[in-house]
Amino acid sequence: MFNYLLFSTLLLTFGIAGLIISRKNIIILLMCLEIILLAANTNFVIFAKFWGDIAGQAFVFFVMTVAAAETAIGLALLVLVFRQKNSINVDDLNQLQG
Amino acid sequence: MEQLYYIALTIVSLPLLAALVIGLGNKKLPRYIAHWLACGCVGGSFVLSAYVLFGFITNKYVDLDINVYLWGQSGGLQITVGFLIDRLTALMMSVVSFVSLAVHIYTIGYMQEDPGYQRFFCYISLFTFSMLMLVMANNFAQLFFGWEAVGLVSYLLIGFWYQRDSATFAGLKAFIINRIGDLGFILGIAAILYYFDSLHYQTIFKDIPKFIATNSTIAIWPGTEWLAISVICICLFIGAMAKSAQVPLHVWLPDSMEGPTPISALIHAATMVTAGVFMVARMSPLFEYSTTALSLMTVIGAITCLFMGILAVIQSDIKRIVAYSTLSQLGYMVIALGVSAYSAAIFHLFTHAFFKALLFLGAGSVIVALHHEQNIFKMGGLYRSMPLTTAAMIVGSLALVGFPGTSGFYSKDLIIELTHKSQIPGAQLAYAAALITVFITTVYSFRLIYLVFFGNERMEDNTHMQPVHEPAKTILFPLVLLAIPSIAVGGIMIKSTLDGFLQGPLFVLAKHDVTQQFLQMDFHGALAMFLHGFISLPFLSLLLGGCIAWLCYIKYPLLPQVLQRDGKLLVALLQAKYGFDALYEKILMPLVRVVGNYCWRIGDILLIDRVLIGSTVQGIVRISVLLQKLQTGYLYHYIFIIIAGLLALLLGIMYL
Repeated sequence: MFNYLLFSTLLLTFGIAGLIISRKNIIILLMCLEIILLAANTNFVIFAKFWGDIAGQAFVFFVMTVAAAETAIGLALLVLVFRQKNSINVDDLNQLQG
Repeated sequence: MEQLYYIALTIVSLPLLAALVIGLGNKKLPRYIAHWLACGCVGGSFVLSAYVLFGFITNKYVDLDINVYLWGQSGGLQITVGFLIDRLTALMMSVVSFVSLAVHIYTIGYMQEDPGYQRFFCYISLFTFSMLMLVMANNFAQLFFGWEAVGLVSYLLIGFWYQRDSATFAGLKAFIINRIGDLGFILGIAAILYYFDSLHYQTIFKDIPKFIATNSTIAIWPGTEWLAISVICICLFIGAMAKSAQVPLHVWLPDSMEGPTPISALIHAATMVTAGVFMVARMSPLFEYSTTALSLMTVIGAITCLFMGILAVIQSDIKRIVAYSTLSQLGYMVIALGVSAYSAAIFHLFTHAFFKALLFLGAGSVIVALHHEQNIFKMGGLYRSMPLTTAAMIVGSLALVGFPGTSGFYSKDLIIELTHKSQIPGAQLAYAAALITVFITTVYSFRLIYLVFFGNERMEDNTHMQPVHEPAKTILFPLVLLAIPSIAVGGIMIKSTLDGFLQGPLFVLAKHDVTQQFLQMDFHGALAMFLHGFISLPFLSLLLGGCIAWLCYIKYPLLPQVLQRDGKLLVALLQAKYGFDALYEKILMPLVRVVGNYCWRIGDILLIDRVLIGSTVQGIVRISVLLQKLQTGYLYHYIFIIIAGLLALLLGIMYL
């Protein structure tokens, strides 16, 4: 079980690191978000398996649908941003600074 | 009990209702609705007040002390709205609502052409409400509310014709001088709260003997120890001095004549200015224990009584003459309070309300008839065209000078007799002043009558063009309404006043009780007092005054001018009103202005504007400039902060 948990923790860490480090592409940001969600999903599956409770696995399906919806919105926003600025570079999106 | 409570509640609510409806409706409300509503509500209050008074006379009702509701609470201090209905209150309620009713009716005629008709009715209804709240209060907080409310309405009504500079100025003057008195008043209330831990009359009165026994003293400034009871009483009396226009806080009353005449009758003669006298009488259990305060009142009353009377002799404005006579009569009441003759003071308050309102309304009738001419040297010979007004004014003046048989005679003679008997320091001085004042009162009263109603017509051409005639019935009816009690009420009430009708609410120490002495030794019924009135000292000075007025203004009309030429200095002194106004305007006002300016610079501009508000604003600006830098606009910075914060939170929860 430890290994499985280690795997999910690694996934989470990569996701967060990707969010912070990536400066190029918003698509990468979205992917990193997905990875974080997957880490949570993996945890659900792991604990469901070990405790013999099917509810955790069922929950994962919900999370995946929500994640899909969220990514769809994210991509839609991205298209809008691209039309506005002709770029999806994260560094260019700093208009909201104080 | 229950019944009396509901009656009391109705009595105060009716005028408030009228004021609210008329005030909110204002110009949208037709005039006839405004005056019917106002008169109806005040009339209702009067009928109920008279019913309550009758109930007390026939002993149907007993004193009622009840809290209506709790208005506010802070620690142990409870501020309630409540009623104390006893014989004193019932009497005052009847006087206030009766005079108010008469004035309401009079206003219909007097203000006919005024554009502020509805506003005026709103104010006087509001005044009636405030005055009733004042007299019916069962605690100091409500008394203070009524006290301030009548002051406010008085300010609004003096400045009723706000287009006139002199009116707004007079309104402000009245308001500001009353603030000085209120400062004393509220200090007195604070001292009472400090020593008695309550604002409720009955609780305080119950604790007084205990408090006197402790002999507590108070140091106003280090090194002087004052008897606390004296400090309390003098503070309260300062409040009464401003409200009841006693020297040296009297200067606002003559100026208040800028307001419409009905107001002068209602507020500045019959009711509001007597609030101070009422308050001292109500607090008689306190004042009885402070000989200092009693003595002070006697002296202040005597000064006001005499010197303000003298000023009336040289005035030429008909309303101002009556105003100065009001000051002088208030002086009598304060003398009576000073010599512990509280029942006599209330009795004089009662009769004075009728005859002084009558005089003012009569003067108003003359003013209306002569198209707002107020100078008595431009009147004369009016008795032919205005017989009813003349009769009313003569009745009022006879009552004012205390001609035997009129109600003014009974109350005023009673005060003079009681002052003569009193042992309070200053009482004999007051007795002399009171006697001289009878003479002076007669001089100016008959001067007014002779100059206005008899002698030659001296009207200016523009008023003389149309024939002068009696004004509308709504103006004349209140005159009749007030003339009756001006004659009759004294003889009827004198017996019960002395017999202790007001014994419950008014408290007199046995050693001060001149009223009782008078009742036992010198009083043999109203009729005997009436007959004795013709051979007494006051009557002598009255006759003398009448003769002198007749000599000066009918027989030898040139005499006053000769006297004026010979006594230039005296006339100048009188015309400057003893220099009180000059003293306040030339010396005190600049002083106050300098201090005020200083406080404004230090307190307002420096402390509040710069330090408190300015530095707060600048601090916020500085911090925001710092915080602004956090908002970089880069998504990854935000995410980093969110995650770092989350981690910090988790670690905090784990380890702390």
